[in-house]
Amino acid sequence: MKRGLTKELVLELSQRKKDPQWMRNLRLRALEIYQELPLPSYGPDLSGLDIDNIATYVEPKTAMVESWEEVPAEIRNTFEKLGIPQAEREGLAGVGAQYDSELVYHNIKQQIAAAGVVYLPMEEAVKSQQMIKVNGKKQRIATVVRSHFMKLVPPADHKFAALHAAVWSGGSFVYVPEKVAVEIPLQSYFRFNAPAAGQFEHTLIIVEEDADLHFIEGCSAPRYNVANLHAGCVELYVGKNARLKYSTVESWSKNMYNLNTKRVTVAAGGRVEWVTGSFGSCVSMLYPMSILAGEGARAEYTGVTFAGEGQTLDTGLKIVHAAPKTCSFVDARSLAKDGGSCTYRSKVKILKGAKGAKSFADCKSLMLDNKSRSDTVPLVEVSEPSAEVGHEAAVGKIGEREVYYLMSRGLSEIQARALIVRGFTDDVSKELPVEYAMEMNNLITMEMEGNT
Amino acid sequence: MKKRGASLARETLFSVQDLHVTTETREILHGVSVEVKAGETVVLLGPNGAGKSTLASAVMGAPGLKVTSGKMMFDGTDITEMPVDERARAGIFMAWQAPVEIPGVNVSEVLLAVGECVPGYRQLLATYTKTLELSPFILQRELNVGLSGGEKKKLEILQMMALAPKLAILDETDSGLDVDAARTVSRAVRDYQKEQGTALLIVTHNARILQELTVDKVYVLVDGKVAKTGDGKLIEKIEKDGFSGMKLVMEDTSEEEG
Repeated sequence: MKRGLTKELVLELSQRKKDPQWMRNLRLRALEIYQELPLPSYGPDLSGLDIDNIATYVEPKTAMVESWEEVPAEIRNTFEKLGIPQAEREGLAGVGAQYDSELVYHNIKQQIAAAGVVYLPMEEAVKSQQMIKVNGKKQRIATVVRSHFMKLVPPADHKFAALHAAVWSGGSFVYVPEKVAVEIPLQSYFRFNAPAAGQFEHTLIIVEEDADLHFIEGCSAPRYNVANLHAGCVELYVGKNARLKYSTVESWSKNMYNLNTKRVTVAAGGRVEWVTGSFGSCVSMLYPMSILAGEGARAEYTGVTFAGEGQTLDTGLKIVHAAPKTCSFVDARSLAKDGGSCTYRSKVKILKGAKGAKSFADCKSLMLDNKSRSDTVPLVEVSEPSAEVGHEAAVGKIGEREVYYLMSRGLSEIQARALIVRGFTDDVSKELPVEYAMEMNNLITMEMEGNT
Repeated sequence: MKKRGASLARETLFSVQDLHVTTETREILHGVSVEVKAGETVVLLGPNGAGKSTLASAVMGAPGLKVTSGKMMFDGTDITEMPVDERARAGIFMAWQAPVEIPGVNVSEVLLAVGECVPGYRQLLATYTKTLELSPFILQRELNVGLSGGEKKKLEILQMMALAPKLAILDETDSGLDVDAARTVSRAVRDYQKEQGTALLIVTHNARILQELTVDKVYVLVDGKVAKTGDGKLIEKIEKDGFSGMKLVMEDTSEEEG
């Protein structure tokens, strides 16, 4: 019997979430769109995804394993190597809700709440009656959510955006008021105890004029889900002269289809900085999109993707320059090993009237052996003659001379290769807080050791 | 804790015995024998293409070179088949003629990865950096990236000092160094050798690196064979007369070899 996604299932989910009417309607409308839309016509093969039985990916019960023993040994070893305490490991691995981070989180919440910053679980935000000032207008959080939720990423964007809108669960709402700079990075890490977190989670962040925030999504520990589809959605609103740095270090278990959608709109003088480290999954399709809507808005993207055996990671970005003097800078690095396949896919669009817009992309790939594959598919559409666009791409292999040089200093071959690879990804590590950078380096070392 | 450097007793530390080395296409060394005693300074001279750098690389175990016969002994162990990293950890160091640029990796990372935590190690590094007249920031810079030729060569010597090998091969360290830099390096190596008892096997064209050192033995390599051996005075003679006639000398008195 095939188990497609049904209205009943969506309604049941909506009921359990105690959704307001508008949200229930949104879910149902998205469900219809989902049924109609075809699978993406480009990119990696998704045939391993059991689309006819998509409901089995959605039912919350299947998103969790019952006990630590059911988590595959490979994942458990990784937690041990990363030195994560047992209590946290279980939470991160998706075993029930045993990791209670509420204590850690509570202190941070108090600090930032004093400055008027709001950091709520998405489900709470949908209903919150708390007043905040957005675009100079005082309104309830619930109202703000309603006018922003799935507006940047409409459900009709693609099939998995529609799926997300229909069955989303978990995630965070963040609001930073005008002129407030949040000193410490906010981390979604603290929220892993939510059931089914990290599967269809929705992140909505609003950074008001002149405000500043660094948000860190995910964690370098591999999250293991029995239901192996991740279709999250991230919607970011960056106000005038505001800055948002959005960092992601993700390491999925290798049975995961990671089909995430992220989008930001940046007002005049504002700035978004994407920092991403993509590890794990069997297939990833990730193209965070930046809409540079106001004059002088700026987007920066620094990312590293590591594809090992059996992995197809299709990553990149989209940037739309919709206003004068907007600029974008891309530094993308990818690594392929043991037959893994990396594709860098990008689309930079410069609309007519975006006078003096500038875009520069530098993407480098490193193949660690002859079995692996690396492709670059950059697309540029320029409708504004005064724009400047540059793209550099280089595909290389790990140099035997470099390896030998380091080995002549006494490093083992694995150490030497890992050091070269870490050097190659240094631009990304530098952008991350030190503990994340260290974890990312550990991940790289582990991937390097993996099949040697 | 690692014992830094070698003992002062003059016993054979390293020897190459009738070594034949080929690249993928041809034989470069046709039976070379060289001996270095603990703490000695041995110089390898010879015209371009004589096989000096090939010998240096073969000692370090470079890929692409094959030892077809003969052997190399180090500290009582046959190292002919030993992988390069094990040779390094056993106490052999090579200062590269053309150091390799490695983006994103800095010197301290490499040295720390090798991982001997000698007390005061950082202080020591700082001192050596100063001795070599290098910028103190060089340890944090990307390895050899954007460095001048001279800085690269000095950085090789800094790595030697940090790793405290028993045998250091300096492969044309002085080429690319100006007169002042060559003197600085020569002095630094001299003082370091005095302190640590390191044996040196020096490949040089212009002998600048030798100006502050006391040379114990000289080998002249011509066409992949040892054409002549002698003491430090041989260097002056060659500087005056060149290598001309060396091959003939070898052919005439081949028993001189070794």
